[in-house]
Amino acid sequence: MSINKEEISKIAHLARIKVSQTEADQVEKKLNGILALIEKMQEVDTESIEPMSHALNITQPLREDEVTEKDIRDKSLPLAPHTESSLFIVPQVIE
Amino acid sequence: MLNLSLKELSQALGEKKFTSVELTQFFLNRVKKHNPSLNAFITVDEDRSLAMAEKSDQLIQRGKKSILTGIPIAQKDIFCADEWKTTCGSKMLENFISPYDATVIKKFNDVGAVNLGKTNMDEFAMGSSNETSYFGPVKNPWSLDCVPGGSSGGSASAVAARLTPAATGTDTGGSIRQPASLCGFTGLKPTYGLVSRYGMIAFASSLDQAGPMAISAEDCGLMLDVMTGHDSKDSTSINRKKENYTDSLDEDIKGLRIGVPKEFFEDGLNADVQKVVEEALKQYEKLGAKIVNISLPNNHLSIPAYYVIAPAEASSNLSRYDGVRYGYRTKEYDDLTEMYFKTRQEGFGDEVKRRILIGTYVLSAGYFDAYYLKAQKIRRLISDDFKVAYEKCDVIMGPSAPSIAFKSGEKQEDPLAMYMQDIFTISTNLAGLPAMSIPAGFVDGLPVGLQLIGNHFEEANILNAAHIYQKNTDWHLQNPKGIG
Repeated sequence: MSINKEEISKIAHLARIKVSQTEADQVEKKLNGILALIEKMQEVDTESIEPMSHALNITQPLREDEVTEKDIRDKSLPLAPHTESSLFIVPQVIE
Repeated sequence: MLNLSLKELSQALGEKKFTSVELTQFFLNRVKKHNPSLNAFITVDEDRSLAMAEKSDQLIQRGKKSILTGIPIAQKDIFCADEWKTTCGSKMLENFISPYDATVIKKFNDVGAVNLGKTNMDEFAMGSSNETSYFGPVKNPWSLDCVPGGSSGGSASAVAARLTPAATGTDTGGSIRQPASLCGFTGLKPTYGLVSRYGMIAFASSLDQAGPMAISAEDCGLMLDVMTGHDSKDSTSINRKKENYTDSLDEDIKGLRIGVPKEFFEDGLNADVQKVVEEALKQYEKLGAKIVNISLPNNHLSIPAYYVIAPAEASSNLSRYDGVRYGYRTKEYDDLTEMYFKTRQEGFGDEVKRRILIGTYVLSAGYFDAYYLKAQKIRRLISDDFKVAYEKCDVIMGPSAPSIAFKSGEKQEDPLAMYMQDIFTISTNLAGLPAMSIPAGFVDGLPVGLQLIGNHFEEANILNAAHIYQKNTDWHLQNPKGIG
């Protein structure tokens, strides 16, 4: 399985990463190298094997729905690139 | 102060031979002297560290001292520390001042340990040479031409050069053990779920685990005593009784069954490294252990499976860096979409972008079954191999890394060669097992690590086996010559 520039552009769109014209050749070459490495998995028959999503067989713990964290808004907001009156500012999305 | 163990430092502090402020200043001075050549630290804040030391001295004065009180520990820059810059080695977080403490940081603070500074690392912990850091490559104190390994390369270089008595690291595919091997000290990756991941910047959540990096097994045990414990803030944190990791260090290892997987001596292992590892195994036999031949037949599939699972999880975890709530935002953009695209193009380095793209690809419609599900099935095969092996042995041993430290730049343009560095470490992350690397000798003047892999929650057993070896050898006490 290999990937071409058109597919890379599709994936880059999904990942919201711009891949410039100058980068495209290198990205294609290196991604195909990694995909060839991954391809080794296909040599093994895993038909009857149950997928393992986690190292330990644990269930998701539940807790009461209550406030456990203190309010750190005043510390967090200044970390944003652009805020106004406690709101994150982004370019206008809806006309 | 330079070569004292954590226990000895603690004792000296208790006996008022020196204060925590003096001890902290001593190591800060070493950082000042050697960091320009090693680049092991991203952030050093003398005033803040010394203020912490002063508080620890007050605790000691009042008799409220536990073993790590007043001892400086360097923290990998992947751990959020309240009001400390926390970059994860990325331009994306270049100016990120954490508004809270990771649980690991809080636990060290609670016992009065001193934060000596934030150590350099591969960007978002993706790398095996510490060359992907936005803040420049880290150097190996044994040879400044060589890499320290990665991703916890800054912590590794700092511990090896004794710029800090000990440090923290994280290990997703080998990021504590491979640098421990390449820099010649002791590093331990605990069982998945033993140490809280809260506030530890996420790379691949089902594999990431924090652990200690220090001179000896005893030091690692003392740190593990502090770092472990159930945390309700991490839903994968294991709720089990807290163990003590230093009580059983001195237990006799006569009759210990050491499983040696034949696959660890095939896949691209350097011949001289192999000799050192075999010598270490002979030493264990002299100490009364028994060697058992075992097989981990699917080990060669660990790298392919890992490079599906880890990038898949990373592509999801790193979607949070969008230039809206924190972190880098591109300067010029016309609309929201362009802002996202350019922010992520400019804020992430090449390796991080490659992994996000691979992760997005293997999770995308039409490829999920062929890649992601397949990798999860292979993860099961790899994990089952260990279950079979542990029926015949108590601990598994082999090399930590396939080679000694390599030259800076040598593998930078060849991701596949770089990925092979983790051929002996990744399978334990996939299975969630605890594993450590201890110094076992040298090849061409550069350190070689021996890997010890335990069954789930058997940290105390591998620490015991490592400690007995270290009581009978002095490989872990060697210091790099070039560092004064």
